[in-house]
Amino acid sequence: MNRRSRRKVLILAIVFGVAVATVLGLTAFEENLLYYHSPTDVKAGKAPTKHTIRVGGLVVDGSVNRAPDSLKIVFDITDNAESMSVEYTGILPDLFREGQGIVAIGSIQEDGQFVAQEVLAKHDENYMPPEVAAALEASGKSAKGATEHKPQGTSY
Amino acid sequence: MIPELGHFALIIAFAVAIVQSIVPLVGTSKNQTALISLARPAALTQLLFVGLSYAALTHAFIVHDFSVLYVSQHSNLVQPLMYRISAVWGSHEGSLLLWTLILSLWTIAVAVYSKNLPEILMARVLAVMGMISTGFIAFMLFTSNPFERIFPTPLDGNELNPLLQDPGLVLHPPLLYMGYVGFSVAFAFAVAALLGGKLDATWARWSRPWTTVAWSFLTIGIALGSWWAYNELGWGGWWFWDPVENASFMPWLVGTALIHSLASTEKRGVFKSWTVLLAILAFSMSLLGTFIVRSGVLVSVHAFATDPARGVFILGFLVVVVGGSLALYAWRSATVISFGRFQWFSRETALLLNNIIFLTATTAVFVGTMYPLVVDAFGVGKISVGRPYFDTMFSLVGIPLLLLLGIGPSIRWKGDDWSRVVRTYTLFFIVSLVAGLLIPFMVEEKLNLSTGLGLAAALWVALTTLKDLFSRISRKLKLSMSYLGMVLAHFGVAVFVAGVTVTTTYSEEKDLRMVPGSSYNISGYEFRFQGTRKVQGPNYIADEAVIEVWSDGELSGELLPQKRVYSGKSNPMTDASIDKTFTRDLYAALGEELDGGAWSMRVYYKPLIRWIWLGCILMTIGGALAVSDRRYRQTVKNKVLEKNTAAASA
Repeated sequence: MNRRSRRKVLILAIVFGVAVATVLGLTAFEENLLYYHSPTDVKAGKAPTKHTIRVGGLVVDGSVNRAPDSLKIVFDITDNAESMSVEYTGILPDLFREGQGIVAIGSIQEDGQFVAQEVLAKHDENYMPPEVAAALEASGKSAKGATEHKPQGTSY
Repeated sequence: MIPELGHFALIIAFAVAIVQSIVPLVGTSKNQTALISLARPAALTQLLFVGLSYAALTHAFIVHDFSVLYVSQHSNLVQPLMYRISAVWGSHEGSLLLWTLILSLWTIAVAVYSKNLPEILMARVLAVMGMISTGFIAFMLFTSNPFERIFPTPLDGNELNPLLQDPGLVLHPPLLYMGYVGFSVAFAFAVAALLGGKLDATWARWSRPWTTVAWSFLTIGIALGSWWAYNELGWGGWWFWDPVENASFMPWLVGTALIHSLASTEKRGVFKSWTVLLAILAFSMSLLGTFIVRSGVLVSVHAFATDPARGVFILGFLVVVVGGSLALYAWRSATVISFGRFQWFSRETALLLNNIIFLTATTAVFVGTMYPLVVDAFGVGKISVGRPYFDTMFSLVGIPLLLLLGIGPSIRWKGDDWSRVVRTYTLFFIVSLVAGLLIPFMVEEKLNLSTGLGLAAALWVALTTLKDLFSRISRKLKLSMSYLGMVLAHFGVAVFVAGVTVTTTYSEEKDLRMVPGSSYNISGYEFRFQGTRKVQGPNYIADEAVIEVWSDGELSGELLPQKRVYSGKSNPMTDASIDKTFTRDLYAALGEELDGGAWSMRVYYKPLIRWIWLGCILMTIGGALAVSDRRYRQTVKNKVLEKNTAAASA
């Protein structure tokens, strides 16, 4: 190969490499997009089963049930219009408590039960996950604090 | 009174910043020495007033002046002194002030340490940095004034988020900002060079050490943030692909591309306009990072709507800086001619490939971070991008990058014989591949391709880096500090990759329900839960669990994880306890009290996790070594060198 054709091969190789990376990247991107669904969506059957999604809402007062001998816990979340049950096994975040807005990542099982792999309630105690705030607003029963929340930017 | 002085000092600094950005530029266009020489004193005056302003805010925190809104929001009477001082940068307004202070410090550093810079270029550099400063001070004065008063004065304040009350987080933001803001120097040099229309190898030599220092700060800053998340959050992870983390990672990726591209430009005079573009891009990413973390856009895109002034200002500033510099680039870059020639197989090509890979990685992170924000802003839906996307992307770009890293430093400039390189490294390639695949095979007794490839890559980078070093020593070549710095940094990459691979594959973690007296085995360590006790801290009360760790029938340590309740806060905070050694960490975090004296707790075994941060420390030290190279301090010899490079590349 002479110099010029080598350069062509090099450029082609780079273009090919970037193209492959783009295709693989977009595929991975598509597969890992997590869609958010409110309890109202889930109740209406708009959320897919057996597919990882995010749900969010306020933890319903008095709904938290712990298994006596394991770390399994079942609680309800609500957007003040509908509520749904969430099952989780493990340690809950510090800021988890009744009345607190949380987001759970998991999937709806065949029996309709949502099983979470992860429960998020980070940031400070006045924080409302944006999805939850929006869902509350959408259901027309905005909870106090949701709309008053002003970002303090305390998270790094 | 003092807060007003602070506010007033900030206003003066604003005026000075405007002078610093305009007058020297007028001077350079009209060729008036008096105006040009105003740049340095203006920068110094600005540092003085920004410093005063910063001191005033710190003073308000120290003396508990709760009449200042920002102080009352982020500190209270029982908060320890260290966390009152660090609370200054605990939130939006104060962190902008710290940003501006650091920018002033960098500006002065440039003015002091670049004495050999032509006056005109220096004036332009300082003017550009003045413009950035003007933008930031205006942002504070008009939308986010840290000195705003509150009436009536509260008797006590809120508290700094307890998560931020950790020594790691005292240092993390300043170090990160040193990195972010440090890229403004490379940016200012690039813009100044475009303004003057003169971009040569000396330009690269001037910007290179500054960029490397900024990169080193950013590296250690990010590593410290990761270390803090691991210690403090109680989740045992070291990187979460959180938008906040990605915001700091994007400038790092572009910055890494930039320091490699600067090498080509300095040594060989090639890729000049590309390097300038990277300098602009690196600083743009820093600005984007600062703003997406600090503006609250991550908490909610609609936070923009609750405080439109901030949102509009941020967008406007980004458009002016990024758009303005890109327009200047488009207008001027045609005058920048790269004259160096090189063959397809050469160091130049290797560095170019490095840049392409790093920018691919940046794009991947950018898309994953910004796409959900954009979708949300247009009200199309609420989505987030899962971690597996980022993990996939980075293993994808990691393989070619690490492969290239092994051979790149030994390929000659201008052109090399590819068969020589292949001959030299085939053995190394086979040895690392076989050894890498063999290690997980021996541990698990089955083939584990991803772990094997990770270890093979780490071995490959370590062995080839050392091979190049020893072959240079045996050929009695002079080893410059910048070469040794590179060796150390690349070796750090190998350590990092080994740590990531082993931790990811062989960590064990378990959420447990434990009653006092019960025990649990994990990777050969027995965790025995003895019970809990109450502990009183300076501004919190904690439940502390006592967990004995036994291995081979002997007591090897004690873990004391805590659940703290800070005064003024109703929610508890987890404080994990970690037994650290070079080869493994044992980690315990306390959950909550269950019925019957039982506690939920999380225990981890994390092999080689220290190596992740050790790798970052090595990279940082490598950067520092590279900067100490003599050639950056020589003034007279520079000119000789310049002629040589010009002659060599002509």
